[in-house]
Amino acid sequence: MLKKYVILVAILITTLAAASYAHAVADPSGGATGTIVDVPAAVAGEPTATEVANLVGHNKVAINMMWVLLCGFLVMFMQAGFAMVESGLTRAKNAAHTMSMNMMVYALGMIGFFISGFALMFGGVGTLGTLGGFGGLANEFTIELFGHSFGLFGTKGFFLMGVYDVGVFALFLFQMVFMDTTATIPTGSMAERWKFSSFAIYGVVVGALIYPIFGNWVWGYGWLSQLGAMFGLGHGVVDFAGSSVVHMTGGVLAFVGAAMIGPRIGKYNKNGTPNAIPGHNIPMAIIGAFILAFGWFGFNPGSTLAGGDLRISVIAVNTMIASATGAFASMMYMWLVKTKKPDPSMMINGMLAGLVAITAPCAFVNVQSAALIGLIAGVLVIEAAFFIEKKLRVDDPVGAVAVHGVNGAWGMIALGLFADGAYGDGWNGVAGTVKGLFYGDASQFFAQLIGVGVNIIYVGSIGWVVFKLIGKITGGMRVNAKDELYGLDIPEMGVEGYAGIKLDKNAETPLSR
Amino acid sequence: MKKVEAIIRTTKFEEVKTELKKIGIDFFSYWDASGVGNELTRGHHSYRGTVYDTEYISRIFISIVLRDVNVEKTIKCIEKAAYTGEIGDGMIFIYNIEESVRISNGAHGDESTKGPGDSL
Repeated sequence: MLKKYVILVAILITTLAAASYAHAVADPSGGATGTIVDVPAAVAGEPTATEVANLVGHNKVAINMMWVLLCGFLVMFMQAGFAMVESGLTRAKNAAHTMSMNMMVYALGMIGFFISGFALMFGGVGTLGTLGGFGGLANEFTIELFGHSFGLFGTKGFFLMGVYDVGVFALFLFQMVFMDTTATIPTGSMAERWKFSSFAIYGVVVGALIYPIFGNWVWGYGWLSQLGAMFGLGHGVVDFAGSSVVHMTGGVLAFVGAAMIGPRIGKYNKNGTPNAIPGHNIPMAIIGAFILAFGWFGFNPGSTLAGGDLRISVIAVNTMIASATGAFASMMYMWLVKTKKPDPSMMINGMLAGLVAITAPCAFVNVQSAALIGLIAGVLVIEAAFFIEKKLRVDDPVGAVAVHGVNGAWGMIALGLFADGAYGDGWNGVAGTVKGLFYGDASQFFAQLIGVGVNIIYVGSIGWVVFKLIGKITGGMRVNAKDELYGLDIPEMGVEGYAGIKLDKNAETPLSR
Repeated sequence: MKKVEAIIRTTKFEEVKTELKKIGIDFFSYWDASGVGNELTRGHHSYRGTVYDTEYISRIFISIVLRDVNVEKTIKCIEKAAYTGEIGDGMIFIYNIEESVRISNGAHGDESTKGPGDSL
C-alpha cells in the first residue's frame, strides 16, 4: 500500500517538474537565459511598456537592496575582526573576557538599536531614495533657533513598529552593523580591567542612545547635515561612511572610558614611564586586521546604499589604496624613526588607521588623494598612540583611540581638504558637488571642523555621564586588583580562554627596560 | 653512585644528547629552565614603541644518575659538547647518591641504574 503511494507521489513530482520547465531549453553558455519571456506580463512574451518599466524599477531597487544587504553582511563580519585584534593584542589570562565582550556587544548593541536606536537615528530621515521610496520615517524632533529648524533626533520606528517595509528593514540591517562597529571600539581601550556587568549595561546604552543621536545629526537629516542648507557651510557636515559617526564616536568613547577606568596594573612605573605589556597572539591580531580590511569593502562601498551607483568601484579602490599606504607608512615610521623594528601591532594599527581615515572621504576624493590620506594616517596613528600613552598616560592596550578617534577626525578633515568635486551632486540638499578647501570650497572645510568639534563635545560629555552612571550601578567600572592580577577569565567569566594550557606567568608580567 | 646535573644552552642540547649517547649515556631526565644572570638577551624586545629586556634566560637542565665508573667521562663529554667559550655556557654539578631503586624489578644500587643491554 505504502509503496503505491510513493510511486504515485514520485510520478506527480516528475510531471509537475516537467510541466513547469517545459519551455526551458538547456543553456550552457548563458547567452539565452533571461529574455522577454522572463518579464512578467499579462500576455506572456508580450509585455507592455508599463510592465517593462515596472520590472526595470523593481530590478533597480532589487540591485540596491542586494548590495546593501551583502555589504551589511560583510560589515557584520568585522565583529570577528575586532574580537581577534583586541584579544590578540591583550594577555592570555584575559582572553575569554576580552572575546566575550566582543561577542556580546553584538547582541547587546543590537537590542539597544532595535529598541530605540534606529528610531532616534532614522525616524526622521524622510523618503528612502534608493531602497524603494517608503516615506514613513518622517518624524524628526526639531527645535527652532536663528529662524531655522534644528533636527535633534527621530521619533519613528521604536522596536521597528509602524515601519514594516522591505526598504526600512534593509536600512535597519545595514545601519545596525555600523552601530556595532562603534560599540565594540571601547572594549579594546578598556580591555583587561573592565567589569563585565559594567560593560553589559554600556553595550545596550551605546546602541540605544549614544550612537544614534550623533548619527541622526549627520545621517538622519539632523542639524549637522543641514548646516549647508541653513547657513551655506558647504554641504553641511559630510561623512560618507562614518569616520565621525562610527569611528570617532567609538574612539572618543574609548578615550573617555580608558581615562576614567585608569591604566592596567603595571602599565606605568612610579616615574610615569610606560611598560610594554605584549599582546599574547600577534598572528590572531593580524588575521583580525585582514577580516576588518575585508569587511571595509562593505563598510565604504556599501554606504552608497545603491548597487546601481557605480561610484562604488572608485570607493572600493580608494579604500584599499588608503589601507595599503596607511600600513606602509606606519611600518616605515616604526622601522626607520621609532624603535628600529617594523612593529607588527603598529602595522595593524596603521592599516586600520588608513581605513578609518578614508571612510569619510572615500566617495569624494580621487585615488591620489586617498593614497596621501592613508600615508598621513599611518604616521598620525603612531604619534597619536605615543602621545596618548606617554604624555596623557591613558592606557589603551590596542590603540583604539589613536586608530578610530584621531584618524576619524583626520578623515573628516581630509574630506574638507581633498574632496575634488567629482561626486555628491545635491548632497544634503545643497546643489552642486562636494568640494574641499583645495578645490575651492573653504566653507566645506569649516563644516567638517564643526562636525569634529561637535562629536568630541557631544560624545565626550554623554560618554562621561553614562560611564559615571554605570559605575554607580555596578559599584565601579573596574574589577578589583586581585582579579586583575590573576586574570579576569575565572573571576569574571568562570572559564579560562585557554583551559588546560599552562600560561607562562613571566610573559604575563609587565616588563620594562 | 653520583648524580650529574648540568645547565646548558638550549641551542647545545641536541649536541650534548648526541655525544652522551655515543659514550653510552642514553638514559636521563631534562627540563626547560629559566634563570637570571649576567648574559644580556640577544636583541632588545620592542612592543608598541616601548623597548624592553626580558632578563629571563632560558636554558636546558639535565639530570643524570650514574654509576661511579661513568662519572668522569660524562662530565668531560658535557663540558666539550656544551662549550662555546662565551659567558653563559652553563654549569655542571656532581652529587653523591645514597641509594636508588628501580621500581619495575626492585633492583637496588648500581644494579638499578643499568640500562637494557648494559654490560656494566
